[in-house]
Amino acid sequence: MWTLLRIELFKIFRRPRTYIPFGAIAAMILIIQLGLKFDGRSYLELMMSSLSDSFFIPYNMIMNGYLVAFVILNTLLIQVPLLVALVAGDIIAGEANMGTLRLLVIRPVSRTRLLLVKFFASVVYTVALLVWMAVLSLFLSMLLFGTNDMMIARNTVMEQIRSSDVLWRYIAAFGYATVALSTVAALAFLLSVFADNSIGPIVSTISIVIVLTILSEMRIPLYDNTVKPWLFTSHMLAWKGFFYSQSDGQGAAIPGSVENLPAILRSLGILLLYIFGFVTAAIVSFKKKDILS
Amino acid sequence: MSSIVEPADPAQPPPIVQVTGLTKTFKDQEAVNGLSFTVYPADIYGFLGQNGAGKSTTLRMLLTLIAPTAGEIRIFGMDLRTNRREILRRVGAVIERPDLYKYLTAWENLSLFARMSGLRPDRRLLLDQLELVGLAQRAHSKVGTFSQGMKQRLGIATALVHDPDLVILDEPTNGLDPQGIADIRNLILHLSHHRKKTVIVSSHLLSEMELIAGRMLIIDKGKKIIEGRVDELFDPAQTLVELETADPADAAERLSRSRWQSHLNQRRGNKFLLKMDRAEIPSLTHDLVEMGVRVLAIQPRHSLEDYFLTLTTANQHVDAFTD
Repeated sequence: MWTLLRIELFKIFRRPRTYIPFGAIAAMILIIQLGLKFDGRSYLELMMSSLSDSFFIPYNMIMNGYLVAFVILNTLLIQVPLLVALVAGDIIAGEANMGTLRLLVIRPVSRTRLLLVKFFASVVYTVALLVWMAVLSLFLSMLLFGTNDMMIARNTVMEQIRSSDVLWRYIAAFGYATVALSTVAALAFLLSVFADNSIGPIVSTISIVIVLTILSEMRIPLYDNTVKPWLFTSHMLAWKGFFYSQSDGQGAAIPGSVENLPAILRSLGILLLYIFGFVTAAIVSFKKKDILS
Repeated sequence: MSSIVEPADPAQPPPIVQVTGLTKTFKDQEAVNGLSFTVYPADIYGFLGQNGAGKSTTLRMLLTLIAPTAGEIRIFGMDLRTNRREILRRVGAVIERPDLYKYLTAWENLSLFARMSGLRPDRRLLLDQLELVGLAQRAHSKVGTFSQGMKQRLGIATALVHDPDLVILDEPTNGLDPQGIADIRNLILHLSHHRKKTVIVSSHLLSEMELIAGRMLIIDKGKKIIEGRVDELFDPAQTLVELETADPADAAERLSRSRWQSHLNQRRGNKFLLKMDRAEIPSLTHDLVEMGVRVLAIQPRHSLEDYFLTLTTANQHVDAFTD
């Protein structure tokens, strides 16, 4: 299994197109960092306009690496699934299109193992993309903007997380994002089984994610308690929950606490169920599939 | 519809491949219909048919790329359905185009497929394979820069890298220039004669099959037309003679009452095919005149192309081979 995984990763990381999402993420993050570096105060004034009448806001203290990373993640974790789909949607259909799928299937490896290895390879790719994002969004921001307590605005409330209490929350958030993005990878992977070129599964995945995200974000009472809780897109942004602390009763955040951990774990469970469902469906379909490409 | 049925030979070794009643239906279209054939060790088995005849579908079923609708495939004496991995470990194949990873080098492609076959290839093994197909000098060039012939040879190297007992090559000379065709032909002969590999090679280039195949199978519209030894098909004692008449109903009636009845092999339109010793042709001519059969033409069939033209149906075959 390890040998097969190494082969898959070797193929993925030797393809020039693999690095396009890395370049795109770097470009987006650097653009955001540049903007905040030179005009961060205006951005904060805009974002906190509803609070500025009630509170004194120390903009210089708030604008630090942790907040910049939070802003970047808020912006990018909606777009990155589309980049993940580029590779995961290509992983079977791309082989079919190149004509190499039949060369793989005639090797003495079971189709189930072949597919599992390919899925794990796309998860490794997703993790690599997130590590790259973490390095640039968090560590580079810490370097450029320094560190301090992290202030998060929620509706009309401002939450302050101590500097020493932030880093683990980012690690947890990136861990959660790995599962969230792997769900998108699993969907693209499933669609990839049914196609003989990668455009179809990539576009289909992106379309499904966009439609379901819109549905998840819409405020329609009919859907709120029926459809939305079961859409995977409703749970993809639950990583934010790691930055919402329990309060000590006097308005201060309790270090190491999370406001609603059961809700995060429930969302995590739903995403894992989706991954299991998508990958199982992909394997069952692929085992029955006639390779005609 | 098999015309030449081989008698069971007690000296014949156990078959490498034994296919019985193989059928594949795509929705309502029957691609392969009740196909049965046998391949023996160290033979070059020619698998002939026009485009769409069902060759690739059959070979894909032998390689588990396509699941048969019905029938049984036994390779190395094992059932393919229940012993897939054990069988594929001993099989190497190139199906249709030799598609490889264009962004990798020849060396990387070969190494990758060797590892997928469970090997830990060393430098010597990979170099030997590339030398065998004449690509050692281009080992570290990207496959995207290769000509069609080079890709084909590298495809064969990937099929051979794990030293399989059975090699399946689907249309290996497609798209190659004459020199490329000769190279592939020599390679196939080398594999069979010197390395004692069993080779199944499909083609629609019948002249190529004549030069290399020991036994062959011709299929058309998914059905077996004929299976037999190539030298037997061209045995003077087994010459096929085509008789064309102006009045086929009358000719059929007269032939059925003559001693040539037992030689009648097939009738298609106004043509009759008789199998006989070549030396008997003058007697046949004489008898036909005596019987008053209105003969338009009478000629022996002596090449595989003629064989194919006679045995398959559509006019497009004639057009394709008479260019």
